[in-house]
Amino acid sequence: MYRYDEFDHGFVAERSRQFRDQVERRLAGALTEEQFKPLRLQNGLYLQLHAYMLRVAIPYGVLSARQLRKLAFIARKWDRNFGHFTTRQNIQFNWIKLEDAPDILNALAEVEMHAIQTSGNCIRNVTADPYAGVAIDEIEDPRIWAEVLRQWSTIHPEFTFLPRKFKFAVTGAAEDRAAILFHDVGLKIVKGVNGATGFRVYAGGGQGRTPYVAQELAPFVPTARILSYLEALMRVYNLHGRRDNIYKARIKILVNALGIDEFRTQVEAEWERLDKSAIDLPAAEFERIAAYFQPKHLPPHPHKDPHIEQRRSIDLSFARWLRTNVLPHRAPGYAIVNISFKEPGKVPGDATAEQMEQVATLAERYGHDEIRVTYQQNLVLPTIAIADLSRVYDGLVQAGLHTANTELITDIIACPGLDYCNLANARSIGIAQEIAKRFAEPEAAEAIGPLRLNISGCINACGHHHAGNIGILGVDKKGTEHYQITLGGSPKDDAAIGDIVGPSFPAQDVPGAVEVIIATYLKLRRDPSETFVALYRRLGKTPFREALYGLDRATAADLSEDANV
Amino acid sequence: MSEPKPLLKAVKPLQVPTRLWRGYAFATDLWRPTANEEAIPSAGYALISLARWRIEQADVLALGTPIGIFVGSGETIEPVTDQIEQLSVIALEFAKFSDGRAYSVARRLREAGYTGEIRATGDVLIDQIPLMLRSGFDAFEVAHAATVNALEQGRIPAVSRVYQTGADTGPAGDGFRHRRGTRSTSAAGKTEP
Repeated sequence: MYRYDEFDHGFVAERSRQFRDQVERRLAGALTEEQFKPLRLQNGLYLQLHAYMLRVAIPYGVLSARQLRKLAFIARKWDRNFGHFTTRQNIQFNWIKLEDAPDILNALAEVEMHAIQTSGNCIRNVTADPYAGVAIDEIEDPRIWAEVLRQWSTIHPEFTFLPRKFKFAVTGAAEDRAAILFHDVGLKIVKGVNGATGFRVYAGGGQGRTPYVAQELAPFVPTARILSYLEALMRVYNLHGRRDNIYKARIKILVNALGIDEFRTQVEAEWERLDKSAIDLPAAEFERIAAYFQPKHLPPHPHKDPHIEQRRSIDLSFARWLRTNVLPHRAPGYAIVNISFKEPGKVPGDATAEQMEQVATLAERYGHDEIRVTYQQNLVLPTIAIADLSRVYDGLVQAGLHTANTELITDIIACPGLDYCNLANARSIGIAQEIAKRFAEPEAAEAIGPLRLNISGCINACGHHHAGNIGILGVDKKGTEHYQITLGGSPKDDAAIGDIVGPSFPAQDVPGAVEVIIATYLKLRRDPSETFVALYRRLGKTPFREALYGLDRATAADLSEDANV
Repeated sequence: MSEPKPLLKAVKPLQVPTRLWRGYAFATDLWRPTANEEAIPSAGYALISLARWRIEQADVLALGTPIGIFVGSGETIEPVTDQIEQLSVIALEFAKFSDGRAYSVARRLREAGYTGEIRATGDVLIDQIPLMLRSGFDAFEVAHAATVNALEQGRIPAVSRVYQTGADTGPAGDGFRHRRGTRSTSAAGKTEP
């Protein structure tokens, strides 16, 4: 992974000192909250319902064991012994005292971490494929470019006061595991005519109250030219994005107002004018950064291990975990291990200090010191020898992290919701817990097959409900918490925004409604290979409406009237 | 949750008479905003609107005195058709400190080869001045008392290490890798002429 050099260390230390001074001035009353707010937000510190929340950047979701241990230390010392992994591959601490924030930033700096640009109208933490560097379908490692983008966007003087926040996602693989089409800009590494690599650039994706799937802006920008291209793109947005209405300020609104063709024309005109040589990454600097991401030398291991084979045949839980959470690795004899933080009944994405430490230990012992955070709020040990899978599993069992449900119905994405967030209309966590309990039988969840179920507590859509195969959105209906259900969304290459199925449900009816949806799917699917989303694309929402609202009501006018609540 | 109680009640940010800071020191401002209906003084040093500049360009240039323009937030200046090389000062407005359009306008002007003064006007605050310097601004109209005070004391809250080339970044090969630079110790990376 990338390691800070003297320059990076110095930068973070300076920034940390700067913020300590600002906090001291605030505590002394020399800064008003109004004056302090943009300063604390630039350092990831939010004011939530009950306490300050600190959002720590985990660049493109990559962690070392030492860093994860430090996060555990912070959770224990300054929070209530846990942290919350987010859909931006970051971690949030929900119970922070303002006066502790500078010490926490110092602790982070010790392990080359910070909270810069995890908030504010700037370029946020860049996210990437969590299987970067180990996926079998990868063209080029996206972490190199994600790190380049991290450095380029850090306190970029021109783009620190954008119309609104700005999110990049990068993938270098055939399959999109980073939901790039739901980002302001999505970058996909592709091969060009001469075998050289470049980026396919997508722009204007996003969720929130006006969801859009990103459109293709450029089929191929050579990697060496990408920074100047993105600088041109950002400049067009900075100059022309709307600033009169916070809800219409994201780039998706500009792209759709101009049309992708006009937006492209403007970006290209700006790109033409830019002094590219001052912006583009020199080859030597690329080589310096790329050197940190060289494929590890992995000692050869047999693909089949007799002990694993034997345990697989007698230990059904272990066998299931291998099926659902373990994926093939690029190197023969190795595997990618997904660690689920979605035990039914628990808070999705919450990790205790002890759990973090156990994952760090496993990474050190068996995982080449590598850990990844996924936008689905789980962790990954990307490089585990197949012969070690049994020991890793036992280690996970000790920490209660052996839930076998990766990408299944109980692997729910949920935002913090009304339990923490002052924007929320409704609770997300409680609903996620109740739904997960209904499908807690691992056989049942596995029989349903791949299914992305996402929950947001308000229309800001931090829980990605638009992109869920089943999406659940908390709404305020005459002062009570209600939930609107959408079907057919997808965060992958077939990206789609879910359709609202009908009137919203009160909280207590939501788990039952999901059960009805699943029963309908199981009844109608051709065979187990037809996934939920495939069936939805084939049959549409009618059978689900009939099942949820009854045959008579499903065609009645009152359904559609209420459909936009 | 409620905010921690400060010791003293917050005061409204104090405004003082506008002063001009040149990136290293305060200076006398020779320039005078000149309304559209006002005649341009014979001595020159008038800051006129972009709209007036576009209409009266030939007449104004015939006066043969230095001329500057004021560009409001959201106005677009075209380096070629607006003949920027004829202008001694281009003042760019920050209607609000959080409106970042002028950063891009300034960089565009510098990239087009403009070497005259680019002046920040409007809601110009101490925490943003480092970004403005890096984007090509070299003069600042400041009226925010705390900002004036900080500039007088030379307290500029900049992080000295930067990851991008910028208007105030040292040349390549100054000990750091090409794309990274260190702002020189004086605020604007310039020495007093």
